Amino acid sequence: MTTLIALVVAAVTFGTVLMYGTLGEILTEKSGNLNLGVEGIMYMGGAFGLAGAFYYEKAAGAAVNGPLAVTIAILSAFAAGMAASAIYSFITVTLRANQNVTGLALSIFGTGIGQFVGEFMRVSEGGYVALSNGLKTFFASPVFPPFLVNIPVAGRIFFSHTVFFYLAVLLAVLMYLFLQKTRCGMYLTAVGESPATSDAAGISITAYKYLATTIGGGISAIGGMVYIMTTAGCVWNHEGLSGVGWLAVALVIFCMWRPLNAIWGSILFGAMMIMYLRVSIPFIPTEIYKILPYIVTVIVLVLTSMKNSRDKQPPASLGNNYFREER
Amino acid sequence: MEKKCAIEMKGITKRFGQVTANDSIDLRINRGEIMALLGENGSGKTTLMNMLSGIYQPDEGEIYEDGSRIYIRSPREAYEYGIGMIHQHYKLIEVFTATQNIILGLNDGKMDIAAAEARVKEICSRYGFDIDPGKKVYDMSVSQKQTVEIVKVLYRGADILILDEPTAVLTPQETQKLFRVLRNMKEDGKAIVIITHKLHEVMDVSDTVTVLRKGKYIGTVNTADTDPQALTDMMVGHAVSLNIERPRYPDPQRKLIVEGLTVVDEEGIRRLDSVSFTANTGEILGVAGISGSGQKELLEAITGLYPVKEGSIRFIGSDGSETELVGKTPKKIRETGIGMAFVPEDRLGMGLVGSMGMTGNMLLRSWKNGKGALLRKKDPEALANRIWKDLDVVTPGVDYPVRRLSGGNVQKVLVGREISSEPAVLMTAYAVRGLDINTSYTIYSLLTEQKMKGVAVIYVGEDLDVLIELADRILVLCGGRVAGIVDGRTATKEEIGLLMTHFDSKESGE
Ligand SMILES: Nc1ncnc2c1ncn2[C@@H]1O[C@H](COP(=O)(O)OP(=O)(O)OP(=O)(O)O)[C@@H](O)[C@H]1O
Ligand SMILES: [Mg+2]
Repeated sequence: MTTLIALVVAAVTFGTVLMYGTLGEILTEKSGNLNLGVEGIMYMGGAFGLAGAFYYEKAAGAAVNGPLAVTIAILSAFAAGMAASAIYSFITVTLRANQNVTGLALSIFGTGIGQFVGEFMRVSEGGYVALSNGLKTFFASPVFPPFLVNIPVAGRIFFSHTVFFYLAVLLAVLMYLFLQKTRCGMYLTAVGESPATSDAAGISITAYKYLATTIGGGISAIGGMVYIMTTAGCVWNHEGLSGVGWLAVALVIFCMWRPLNAIWGSILFGAMMIMYLRVSIPFIPTEIYKILPYIVTVIVLVLTSMKNSRDKQPPASLGNNYFREER
Repeated sequence: MEKKCAIEMKGITKRFGQVTANDSIDLRINRGEIMALLGENGSGKTTLMNMLSGIYQPDEGEIYEDGSRIYIRSPREAYEYGIGMIHQHYKLIEVFTATQNIILGLNDGKMDIAAAEARVKEICSRYGFDIDPGKKVYDMSVSQKQTVEIVKVLYRGADILILDEPTAVLTPQETQKLFRVLRNMKEDGKAIVIITHKLHEVMDVSDTVTVLRKGKYIGTVNTADTDPQALTDMMVGHAVSLNIERPRYPDPQRKLIVEGLTVVDEEGIRRLDSVSFTANTGEILGVAGISGSGQKELLEAITGLYPVKEGSIRFIGSDGSETELVGKTPKKIRETGIGMAFVPEDRLGMGLVGSMGMTGNMLLRSWKNGKGALLRKKDPEALANRIWKDLDVVTPGVDYPVRRLSGGNVQKVLVGREISSEPAVLMTAYAVRGLDINTSYTIYSLLTEQKMKGVAVIYVGEDLDVLIELADRILVLCGGRVAGIVDGRTATKEEIGLLMTHFDSKESGE
């Protein structure tokens, strides 16, 4: 029982990282932009998020304020992600370069920048970058008061998570409402389905593509920051972050481009990724566990394409650039 | 009475790389009038209208609305000037409902689907449309999609309407309905431009006709003062004959015997109900019927694309041997020598690769014939060149991406390729959709040529006038059943029209 609860909690912790990555990419892909640079974006988010919190604490000294530090970490990661995806948008939307190539390049570029910033901080600060222990616990501890957390079973499962998890769930719900209920959300879907149609209807394709992609990139980047500040214990750790962005891209497909599915989908993927640590079955190499999410994604793809439901398809123009006079 | 001029275009020129699509064109569009825009495939009609709808920017020239100069930089601005266009390839979001599509791109405060639906209903009742506002576009028929497009434009308050080949995919009945709506709108004082290749429609609905030829403005005439022959001559630039020859093949043999063919769709409805007929060599068998009477299913069943429930389809080889086709895969059937030039509604979606040139697209059909790993480009290139010449495809070269060709020229490539594959049975459905009158006649004579070579041709068409001139025998389908098979040389339009609704009048209801 306790192992099971521990597994759920760990799955949620890692799932939260994925949820940001996925939600951001869903928003991006809804505009028809396939940004394969999520991996790099999340690296940058991790490095800049850590840097934001670290330099804030350094400046504030003893007067450091927990909630403010969290906010600064989120904003720095968000800004880094936005900057990276703004480059992507410029290259694909304005210069109309191939989206896959640009995304892959961004992935390499972003991991490089993330590494550089992480290492630079470490070297310039004399070999070790870490937040104070107080701030560290603030980042990694539950938001709910102890009496809720201490409720048997349910307390650990529902109330023991960090603020980032609840924010991610809120974000997923907001995104769902945005896409389903608002005019802008509907127009965004339209742009991703058929830019030519949307353009003829008077919607600014460029604006929607830029906004969705940059905001989406910002959201994805928060995921990287969450990983560094919770799982990695507020130190720069590039190994743990590697591959997470790709997982998020697979997860988008798994979720069928629906934000609400991202909530349980990322927890499920989180569970699959940490399973080898918790329930190791002898003779099965850990790599098998790690490819599990991708296998599941492929199965989901096969199943949905077999059902051939018109509503459960990728945005129809995904991966294509738009130029009004081209046909 | 002098008509009020809505739009005046002066000296409009538009180039795409080496192609000059429009060459200093002057055009007037009047209010309360329906103008037909006529021209061969690739003459620049769509391009010219796209400059009014804000899709393209003119390289040279000026546009005036009600006398004052305007600049239409985007589709949104076009709407602000009251210009709405229904495109040749529909612009609708498939996963949205009709209403969602109609209000797409509008910024009128809060999004209120219910209120929008009410307004949609009101527009529908005013002009006599019939749509279900909550229906998803992917569930709609072509004519319903078009209705959504028109309502979309009206909803935005457009008073200058441009329709690019709206009737190409409609049945004659649907076309009549559309024309009634257009006349209503004309009475309302709207300016309407309609592009169509069907001259009888031009004569029927328009007040004036403007003709373009190879990107140039040729002239405008009153519909009342002209006739189809004169318009064709204007379009082509020299006199052409609009006659279909129908020679007799000396020795017709049975080629395809269909007996008791029954097919059932996913919902269990009988799409074909014990259909029997034979197709002979050296004969064009016309297939007539209201659209959706089983034409598509018939062709698909013969080519092995539609599952057959009962019945047999037998192919007679040149040595007199019979082969049963039911139960064979499409590939096997193809190898027996049954070819189908099925022209789908989505021209680029089926059978052509948009980014490849004509040669590449010819290769797609013939690559299997080659041996070894290397592609042999010689034959396909020769074929591409032949189609280019025979059908007058407007393209800078056989390697120019077919996606960039005009709608009709894309179609020519598709039809040309199918006809040239020289099958023993050649089936075509709606082969002349979107083709200009001159090319249509070229296609008819190509089909006749095939027939005289001893090919059994099955021609599914909508235009009864053409059917009774082209076909040797006409099979009339009604609700999936054969209502009759008549001799093309003696049949009248009225007779066929009656047969088309044969079972409906006898048995009331379903
Ligand atoms: N976006 C584009 N890029 C390149 N060439 C183009 C483009 N649009 C049109 N053209 C070229 O301009 C010419 C005119 O095309 P247009 O579509 O206006 O013809 P059309 O009169 O509408 O013909 P159709 O009856 O076949 O629809 C064609 O030769 C076409 O290849
Ligand atoms: Mg056209």
